Amino acid sequence: MIPVQKKAATSPGHPVIEIHNLRKGFGMQEVLKNVSLQLFEGENLAVMGKSGSGKSVLIKCIVRLFSPDSGNINVLGKEINTLNDEELGELRKKIGFLFQSGALYDSMTVRQNLEFPLKRIKKGLSQKEINEKIHEALENVGLSDALNKMPSQLSGGMRKRISLARTIVVDPMIILYDEPTTGLDPATSDEISSLINAVQKKYKTSSLIITHDIECARNTANRLIMLHDGEVYKEGTLADYEGSSDTLIRSFFK
Amino acid sequence: MRKIYTATKVKTIAKEQSIKLSEKAIAKTAEAHNFLTDFADFFLFLAQTFREIFSLDFEFKEFLRQSFLIGYKSLPLISVTGFIMGLVLTIQARPSLVHFGAVSLLPGMVAVSLIREMGPVITALICAGKIGSGMGAELGSMKVTEQIDAMEVSSTNPMKFLVVTRVLAATVMIPLLVLYADTIGLLGSWAGTNIKGQVTFVLFCSQAFSHLEFIDLMPAIIKTFFFGAVIGLVGCYKGYTAGRGTESVGIAANSAVVLSSLLVIIVDLIAVQITDLL
Repeated sequence: MIPVQKKAATSPGHPVIEIHNLRKGFGMQEVLKNVSLQLFEGENLAVMGKSGSGKSVLIKCIVRLFSPDSGNINVLGKEINTLNDEELGELRKKIGFLFQSGALYDSMTVRQNLEFPLKRIKKGLSQKEINEKIHEALENVGLSDALNKMPSQLSGGMRKRISLARTIVVDPMIILYDEPTTGLDPATSDEISSLINAVQKKYKTSSLIITHDIECARNTANRLIMLHDGEVYKEGTLADYEGSSDTLIRSFFK
Repeated sequence: MRKIYTATKVKTIAKEQSIKLSEKAIAKTAEAHNFLTDFADFFLFLAQTFREIFSLDFEFKEFLRQSFLIGYKSLPLISVTGFIMGLVLTIQARPSLVHFGAVSLLPGMVAVSLIREMGPVITALICAGKIGSGMGAELGSMKVTEQIDAMEVSSTNPMKFLVVTRVLAATVMIPLLVLYADTIGLLGSWAGTNIKGQVTFVLFCSQAFSHLEFIDLMPAIIKTFFFGAVIGLVGCYKGYTAGRGTESVGIAANSAVVLSSLLVIIVDLIAVQITDLL
């Protein structure tokens, strides 16, 4: 397993994700009203907010699982909304996504779950190279002996870690985490937070972490953004939030 | 005693009635709108599936896996139902034919009934229940747990991997299952014939096949491909477009069975009309 790591202080590199004036609604309900943010190279950016503030919608717009109503999303220098299917597929190969539920494929073993994206994204690898990458990814999350297990045989924390292994096995440049610690006990949540930091250090990834877990944000984020009512409410470091006298922020950082 | 209404009271009652009527009209319009929207969505889904069938990078391994699951895993159920189908048809038809002194026509009559209609339709309805609901539940569950989204962000086309493979597997395997059911049905019929008589298997087959013509066989086989396609498409559509929450998985499975069963009957009606014209 990757040694436990605390988050590293980073000086911002160039932006790898730039979002300007993003709007997204469903029917009559406007979820994201005017969201602008940047994710810089090598940093962990936490996006926090109450349930229903549009955090998951934001992260899904970045990979175009949802199409924005208006606004610009620029990922690694490419405007997401203007890409055709082939170009979008190529861009998605550089982005890892850790879903809230893990989203492991129920009908496949852990090995097959990791092989599935690896064979499609890293075409041309020999079976030996595939086995090595799978083994390395599982070692990094501390689950080398789960290779032949089915997802139904894994606990919630193990499923999250296997999902993280599936995300990092393809060497992404950016990782998007959708509520990585939701539904986990505090000890396992700390393990996941440590893994997020370790992945950042080892793989030099830039990460956007959607969470309402304060401890996860404290342990992983170099910068925090708070969403409220579909807009960016505050942007800053952990110290800015903890020193704030704003009522909404205080309700999060008790 | 008759009630006397003031003009104001009449106006109030009329207003209340018109509000009720308006609410009912709005509800019915919304129902009709939803039905038409679902109808249009299904055809868009159908068009997308056809586009993916004829595009590059066919997922052959997954197609073979689905064919195995649909075909091989359905054999026990189809064996039992096919045998019972032939047996029951024989037992039920025998008394009428004995009455007319035409019991020797029994194998031929059962063979024609089984191969033209009973075998294809009953097998397809059973497959709609087993395979259609299975597809609806599996894809619905994958939708609810974001597995389809996970596939999409890992540069895999989920339509190609999940839908096209299943639709093609159902289209290919259900005709084979029908042929198998017909064969087992004829065995069941032979068993039924021997309950009150004594007919050798060779004699039974000779009497059965002597009444079969090309016009019995080919339209029956062709329509089973359409049955398979319908079951695959409806099962996948209902699962792929399932809503959020575990309740929607059950709804997807249930509505897949209902709609695919209905469409099998409608396709059969169209097939019979076309065959009649030939």
